[in-house]
Amino acid sequence: MTDKQPFEGVVAEHAGTVLRVCRAVLGPADADDAWSETFLSALKAYPRLPVDANVEAWLVTIAHRKAIDVTRRSARGAVPVAEVPNRPMAGGADDRDLDLTRSLAALPGKQRYAVVYHYLAGLPYGDVAAVIGGSAEAARRAAADGIANLRKTHPGDTARKGASR
Amino acid sequence: MTTNNRDQADLFGDLLPINETHLRALRDRLAVDADSAGVLDVAYRTIDTPVGTLLLAATALGLIRVAFDSEGLDAVLGVLAADVSPRILNAPKRLDGAARELDEYFAGQRHTFDLPLDLSLSKGFRRAVLGYLPDIGYGLTASYGAVAAAIGNPKAVRAVGTACATNPLPVVVPCHRVIRADGQVGAYRGGPQAKRVLLSLEAAA
Repeated sequence: MTDKQPFEGVVAEHAGTVLRVCRAVLGPADADDAWSETFLSALKAYPRLPVDANVEAWLVTIAHRKAIDVTRRSARGAVPVAEVPNRPMAGGADDRDLDLTRSLAALPGKQRYAVVYHYLAGLPYGDVAAVIGGSAEAARRAAADGIANLRKTHPGDTARKGASR
Repeated sequence: MTTNNRDQADLFGDLLPINETHLRALRDRLAVDADSAGVLDVAYRTIDTPVGTLLLAATALGLIRVAFDSEGLDAVLGVLAADVSPRILNAPKRLDGAARELDEYFAGQRHTFDLPLDLSLSKGFRRAVLGYLPDIGYGLTASYGAVAAAIGNPKAVRAVGTACATNPLPVVVPCHRVIRADGQVGAYRGGPQAKRVLLSLEAAA
């Protein structure tokens, strides 16, 4: 079938990934609102999306714009961007999640976005570059720098690597 | 590169887990927000009835589709996406009235439906047939030929059959009351057994 699937199917398929992306780039406090705004915008624009478009890359692009908006709003409200509120994450996260979101929040924006969109959302660097601007090579470098920085600030998880799966 | 990718993916691995209840709440909120924002072109839900699970779908104008389980939920939604709009969400609220009236109907307490209908999936002659069907009262039946005659086209018996077979709003628009001249129930979108269930429900009340 070449027809576009009902939007409910798009939500069912991508809701979880988009929420994890929102949490990773914004922290838990703003993630739910960013998720809601992302899917509402996506629903509005959905009839105009080409049938052969990469839906996940499209959703991440919208989520990225929402994340930038939220970050700007927070900055205007004089809330330090790099600080993640010290309270339980909605949906039952644990300390390791808070550690990770804190470490991600401490990364320069471009590195954080590149790491999350490539490693969490699974987008190839070409698509990551389309979302955050610049070349695919620059996106690859930003992701590599981001991973290197996370290793420094977040040693617990890199040590855990391989043990959990 | 692939190996490296897999290693780094473990950075997130089981972190930032998604709680399904939380996600369900976000999806419910999206359905409500989309409806208030006027961007929900088709809302749907399912209900359980004596003729199996029914899919109910509505546009802003009214109920546009009632579908039987045997038609396939995904297939029906796919056709709605192509024919009406892909802006479709599981959003029960818009169907509250339809669900309540159908519950009352299946409980034998309701004999006519009082719901806004969107008949845009049915055109021309077929739509004229659907417009006539509510005139066949609850508990009564009419033959395909009688319906053809009643709408002024007595030779269009087969076309009446097609109009009934493609009725986008079965149960609510009572094509089940149209039966064969020899008294057999004839074909039905939900299968002949569903048609018999509806006819005996109405006969008993």
